[in-house]
Amino acid sequence: MADTGLLEALLRLLEKVDGGIDSQDVAADLGVDHQLIVGAVKSLQALGEVISAEQKSSKRWELTGEGREIAEQGSHEARVFNAIPDEGLPQNELMKMPSGKVGFSKAMSNKWIRLDKAHEGGPRVFKTVETIEDTVRDKLQLVQKGLSAKLEDKEKNELKKRKLLSEVTVKSYWITKGSSFSTTITKQETELTPEMIASGSWKEKKFKPYNFEAMGVAADCGHLHPLMKVRTQFRQIFLEMGFTEMPTNNFIESSFWNFDSLFQPQQHPARDQHDTFFISDPALAHEFPQDYLERVKQVHSEGGYGSQGYKYDWKIEEAQKNLLRTHTTAVSARMLYKLAQQVNTHTHRLMLVSPLFSSDLTLLCGIIFQEKFTPVKYFSIDRVFRNETLDATHLAEFHQIEGVVADYGLTLGNLMGILHQFFTKLGITKLRFKPAYNPYTEPSMEVFSYHEGLKKWVEVGNSGVFRPEMLLPMGLPEGVSVIAWGLSLERPTMIKYGINNIRELVGHKVNLQMVYDSPICRLDS
Amino acid sequence: MPTVSVKRDLLFEALGQKYTDEEFDELCFEFGLELDEITSEKEILIREQGGEKAEGASDVVLYKIDVPANRYDLLCLEGLVRGLQVFKEKLEAPRYKRVSPADGGEPQRLVITEETASVRPHAVAAVLRNITFTQERYESFIELQEKLHQNICRKRTLVAIGTHDLDTISGPFTYTAKPPGEIRFKPLSQSREYTAAELMSLYKTDSHLRHYLHIIENEPLYPIIYDSNGIVLSMPPIINGDHSKISLNTKNIFIECTATDLTKAKITLDMVVTMFSVYCDEPFTVEEAEVVYPDGRLSVYPELAYRTETLSGDFINKRVGINESAESIAQLLTRMCLRSEVSGEGDLIQVEIPPTRADVIHACDIMEDAAIAYGFNNIVRSTPRTYTVANQLPVNKLTELLRQDLTAAGFTEALTFALCSEEDIADKLRKNITETRAVHISNPKTADFQVARTSLLPGLLKTIAANRKMPLPLKLFEISDVVLKDETKDVGARNNRRLCAVYYNKSPGFEVIHGLLDRVMQLLDVKPGRNQGYHIQAAEDSTFFPGRCAEIFSCGKSIGHLGVLHPDVISRFELTMPCSAIDIDIEPFL
Repeated sequence: MADTGLLEALLRLLEKVDGGIDSQDVAADLGVDHQLIVGAVKSLQALGEVISAEQKSSKRWELTGEGREIAEQGSHEARVFNAIPDEGLPQNELMKMPSGKVGFSKAMSNKWIRLDKAHEGGPRVFKTVETIEDTVRDKLQLVQKGLSAKLEDKEKNELKKRKLLSEVTVKSYWITKGSSFSTTITKQETELTPEMIASGSWKEKKFKPYNFEAMGVAADCGHLHPLMKVRTQFRQIFLEMGFTEMPTNNFIESSFWNFDSLFQPQQHPARDQHDTFFISDPALAHEFPQDYLERVKQVHSEGGYGSQGYKYDWKIEEAQKNLLRTHTTAVSARMLYKLAQQVNTHTHRLMLVSPLFSSDLTLLCGIIFQEKFTPVKYFSIDRVFRNETLDATHLAEFHQIEGVVADYGLTLGNLMGILHQFFTKLGITKLRFKPAYNPYTEPSMEVFSYHEGLKKWVEVGNSGVFRPEMLLPMGLPEGVSVIAWGLSLERPTMIKYGINNIRELVGHKVNLQMVYDSPICRLDS
Repeated sequence: MPTVSVKRDLLFEALGQKYTDEEFDELCFEFGLELDEITSEKEILIREQGGEKAEGASDVVLYKIDVPANRYDLLCLEGLVRGLQVFKEKLEAPRYKRVSPADGGEPQRLVITEETASVRPHAVAAVLRNITFTQERYESFIELQEKLHQNICRKRTLVAIGTHDLDTISGPFTYTAKPPGEIRFKPLSQSREYTAAELMSLYKTDSHLRHYLHIIENEPLYPIIYDSNGIVLSMPPIINGDHSKISLNTKNIFIECTATDLTKAKITLDMVVTMFSVYCDEPFTVEEAEVVYPDGRLSVYPELAYRTETLSGDFINKRVGINESAESIAQLLTRMCLRSEVSGEGDLIQVEIPPTRADVIHACDIMEDAAIAYGFNNIVRSTPRTYTVANQLPVNKLTELLRQDLTAAGFTEALTFALCSEEDIADKLRKNITETRAVHISNPKTADFQVARTSLLPGLLKTIAANRKMPLPLKLFEISDVVLKDETKDVGARNNRRLCAVYYNKSPGFEVIHGLLDRVMQLLDVKPGRNQGYHIQAAEDSTFFPGRCAEIFSCGKSIGHLGVLHPDVISRFELTMPCSAIDIDIEPFL
């Protein structure tokens, strides 16, 4: 805050004028440096509407150092003239004067003096006129008084050429009265303080206005990762739909659960080294449900359960190979097998209790299956691994979203209906389905949604009904259908957050600024 | 998914109808195909090799169509057209017939010797009589074999196809196996004879054939087929002989498929003959061939087996979720090349599965075809009535809750890879790889996928290294799984849910990380204290700076470490500032 005295002096000056005044004039009037007036203007502006000030720039003529000297002491030529007495002066003496050289030639061309080269005792200089008019000095004095406007441009330029004048750009303020103009200063408060609240003094105070154009101070906080924010939303959707989360915290899986249990033949290309990460340590799984394994072997190699099977030599060695799971469906298989065991345990117990009814056993079992099988809805969102070629949209690991429903009499229409509900929660309502192939589902459907931006149908997921060759060896009752669908978590996230390169989203090369800046995730808006 | 490339105009001519690209795309969608790309040979060349090479190339419009991996009957123009024509009810599915030689002569015979047992024990054969090739048909015939080789034949490992001009050779044929040095013949596209050993080295640099060499390379005996005059037909699965090669003028073709998987060999043979018998004088007939096994058993091929399945209209209706009469369902199935009729008993439908539909192995496959013919998008979508109560997985529920509060504590969530290099989890952390209990990957393409991570710390440090331009301090965390070997599990390994956080700044900030531990324990409702609570205790860990590391105990059990990282660890992750970290197991808090 500038000195209050100065502020009030400025305000008093302003009070007297109609319209406004220039800060340069104020400086001249008050006899202070212009910079101080600039400070005063800024302080007054900060007080609110006391004054308004508009910055302007103007050009002004100013004396140079030599110019100032001339304004004070006269031009060189005048000084030379005045130094010459009536009897004249030897030229060499005159030349010793500070203004000698320049003044001599100028005075000569003005014809104020003459040189007598033939004078005895050396060349001598004499006045030729009685009096002179020192116009240079007069002009400079005019400029010094701020009256440069009285000179013609030609004159000013000539003086500029003689380095006596220079043209400078001056920044100044055009100051006018503000809406709450007053000649007294009330100091404005920057912030409300506890003391003001306690004393009530805030009522009398004026507060400095805030600059609402500026950004606030960045919040000091942590940030959730965008992919995990989307994961949370998908979890939420499944939970809203009554789906129970599967234990997918087992990245290492045996080929048996990852492929064989899903009726995926051992020569299937997905089981190739080029597509799947196999494990060298621990290389093999060592424990399988033996009777189930036999049934899996049989359905692959010979068929059964109404199937022709694949008719090849199924090898346990192939099933034992450990790998990084290629899909979370391996966990779905474990869960469905577990579900089937619950059914079968009940059946066995009942059979033990009533062995006499053996003739009605099939019927009995049927009834018990009907009663003891509990419908389930499962979901999972977790990492899966593919030994694939990497590019801008593919990594060796990604998150698979999977939903599974097991119940009696589920139809393909039911699968489409539940997909419709699921995708509606994602804000996608226009769906259509394309027949597809998948070794463990039949029918299999690719899910397409209409993309309003691209004006075309784009694939958003895969779905199908698990094959009986997968379900029946597990021991699930014949009438139970299991429908399932899956999609990746990365793709909807990349679309949602407008990310083109997956590496900027997933993995250590993430752009943390993007993480800091990413908005909350509402999938349906 | 295999992609079949067909000339558009040829396709439309065969279909007897012109489509716009959109109309054809729509037809594909409905049938379960995908019109992947519309291009031309010229365009492909320009894209792959540049404009110069493409000069003079054909700009005939090509359709690239994605075919489901189990539909071997749609891998060529002939099959695609047949499938679509039957689907559109413009054609009745042909009936494929195996016939005896016309003049009452003996069938061709392929004798398998016992030497093949060790390398490639199976073979099947058939003859296409009086076939008429054109340039296009010939190219399609070669192309189909290539597609079959890449798909059902699993790059010739399971099955290899050889086709020969029967008029240049004379049976009976012998399929045997011999040491490579004893095999000598002039192979396809070569001007002189080579021994098998020479061929293997010749083909090492062949961009196409080198991929198949490994199948027999290390075998003591190589498979080989001779005619009765000792002329080599082929050395499967590598190359055919030049002598019996087929041409545009070939009239009679002898087809042999050698295999390690007999079922696949039969299917492959059936596919070749069903697709191309259309060009025989008597279309859709195939002349039989006999195969004699080392034990004297004799089989006649191709099988061209038709199988009948009986199922009820009710089954289809209930599984699909439609309500159609048995007659209408039979009609739907017939459109999918599954000739069907209502048998008269109730709503039972007799469905005949032709040899072209090897993919139909269960009633569910038939059900799918009915649904496709009905139109997936005509099926009424309905909500299942399944009533269930949702449950969260406890470890995920805990993770979700902790993540929220860790961000509230000012830490930002990272998401790092579960796979990494051995160096990341061992050398860079100043640990010995053997003490990490890491699971190792046998076939990583790069060092980034050598092991499953045993710690979240390397990922977080790499995240900092990639974000060094960000203002300090950097405060990161991750709650995710690491993988550890564990004998007690069926697969010998288990996941472990861990919480890891790092503080990276100009000063180590041990107190910040320590404060985070206190906060986490507060959130988990564990009080400071020796017995029932948590405490930390000075410890030595090679990852941490000596004297700046403590072990964390909760209820008397060690759950992890915290401390200032060892300067070598910091440098090895290409970092320059001090860094403190915490790494704990959160499973004890479930």
